[in-house]
Amino acid sequence: MAIEVRDVNKSFGTTPVLRDVSIDVKSGSLTALLGPSGGGKSTLLRVIAGLEQPDTGTVRISGVDATRLSPQRRNVGFVFQHYAAFKHLTVFRNVAFGLEIRKRPKDEIRKRVMELLELVHLEQMADRYPSQLSGGQRQRMALARALAVEPEVLLLDEPFGALDAQVRKELRTWLRRLHDEVHVTTVFVTHDQEEAIEVADTIVVLADGEVKQVGSPAEVYDNPADPFVMRFLGPVTEIGGNLVRPHDIEISAGPVEGGTAATVSRVVRLGFEVRVELTVEGRDAWVQVTRGFAEQLALTPGDVVNVRPAPGARSLTLAAV
Amino acid sequence: MTTDVAVAAAPPPGSPGGGARPRSRWSVTGGTALGVGSAVLYLSLIVLIPLAVVAWRSLDQGPGYFWRAVTTPDAWAALTLTVGASFLVALINLVMGTIIAWVLVRDRFPGKAVVDTLIDLPFALPTIVAGLVLLALYGPESPLGLNLAYSRAGVVLALLFVTLPFVVRTVQPVLLELDKEMEQAAASLGASPFQTFRRIILPNLVPAMLSGTALAFTRSIAEFGSTVLISGNLPFKTQVAAVNIFSQIEGDNTTGAAAISTVLLVVALVALVSLDLLQRWGSRRG
Repeated sequence: MAIEVRDVNKSFGTTPVLRDVSIDVKSGSLTALLGPSGGGKSTLLRVIAGLEQPDTGTVRISGVDATRLSPQRRNVGFVFQHYAAFKHLTVFRNVAFGLEIRKRPKDEIRKRVMELLELVHLEQMADRYPSQLSGGQRQRMALARALAVEPEVLLLDEPFGALDAQVRKELRTWLRRLHDEVHVTTVFVTHDQEEAIEVADTIVVLADGEVKQVGSPAEVYDNPADPFVMRFLGPVTEIGGNLVRPHDIEISAGPVEGGTAATVSRVVRLGFEVRVELTVEGRDAWVQVTRGFAEQLALTPGDVVNVRPAPGARSLTLAAV
Repeated sequence: MTTDVAVAAAPPPGSPGGGARPRSRWSVTGGTALGVGSAVLYLSLIVLIPLAVVAWRSLDQGPGYFWRAVTTPDAWAALTLTVGASFLVALINLVMGTIIAWVLVRDRFPGKAVVDTLIDLPFALPTIVAGLVLLALYGPESPLGLNLAYSRAGVVLALLFVTLPFVVRTVQPVLLELDKEMEQAAASLGASPFQTFRRIILPNLVPAMLSGTALAFTRSIAEFGSTVLISGNLPFKTQVAAVNIFSQIEGDNTTGAAAISTVLLVVALVALVSLDLLQRWGSRRG
């Protein structure tokens, strides 16, 4: 295990932020800490980096107890949401910083920094200052800076949170590819479930300071541990007291076995997908179907149809209210 | 001071300049022209014309007279004392002002708000009152047993008192705004607290430290009120340039007074420009 966190508790004042958190991160994996804001995920990341001290519990990095080690002795790379660029240094000197601190020979530093700048596609920008870069470029620089010291683990705190949607999508695909190339154990914090599913190979769902579920993206999406995780990982709707994914519901014109009668209230076309809003047993629900399917049934508001979870659909029974 | 302010407001090289906005171009240039116009007019009336008059008056009786007025033994002694003491004061301010700003921003202690308010007191107090207070505390009847009256140390003390706020108040906001995550990033890259201070914090503070020091220096060379009592105005020993100028005026030698004033102006200008050049050189080197 690259990182082992055991029974970590942490409070800010009287507010508990982490409660008995234990996680294992496999060497070479790419793990997402996913959860709503205020759920404790950034604090957990900072505890691993040594930027916060846990009240109780231990953190082991590569088998060594790091709980009381200062950040400078943990050999972790940390990337901040707002880049934390050294404004007064050029891109080159930013990336070289950790190596200069380690007193590596000049030509070795030069070689390593140029390699890293090539890796993050900033080789043309070596002599620029951070203020002359775009947000995405700054974050790539911050990543190269963290990688320069060959850290045991790379920690990224909402790395794409401050970037606009387009750049964010590009960068997360790029991060995935970079990880396949570099293989450094990586943990990143995000509140975007799509980002976590797309990039990570393990997702840790964290809310209210507690670990709710750990698993591969498919596991947490298909077999959520509880209604909270199911809701957080993707769209859900409620039919017959069950929480179901809206794409896991079948609509048919006639009565079917296990079906429930529903009245169509609205049909919304969103490109290739169609969102059918219905009233089932007096409750609002919605179903996601393809455009072809909606046209085939000629769904219009007021129609009475039958709905049921598709065979093999994952659903969670909600406690009766 | 004007040069300093103008330079500080200019965008750093390479930063994106204001792009032309075709639709509202007239109103933008119109507004800019109005702004620049009123700034220039105001600065001319308040600063440039009076300063030009001083310089011009100093040459009333030719460059020969100017030179003699400046190099009379008492004027020359006053000038060297003023510049030397101001240099020392600026240096002490640079170090102590930065330390005080650091303590006020980064440390927590009881009574911090009170200390923070006290810093501005030397600005609020009439300088002659400051002189009185200093004379009572560090004069012949000093309750502390420390008699600095009528000595050059007394002059330096008075100048230190009145120039204390400059470096503190220029460094403090920069330190407050400084991105803490930069320091955390440096720590996670292996830098010790001292290395983080020297390589990350200090370079970001230097511009503010230097402009605060420049202000303290220029304020020092012009200081009159606070030094007049504690120095005793002994020519060749403790008389500062401003007091010398005053005695020249009293002796009806306005041209001589203007000549010494002009020298002070030039010294101030040289100090401001060279600190500014130093800053630019530093920021280019990184």
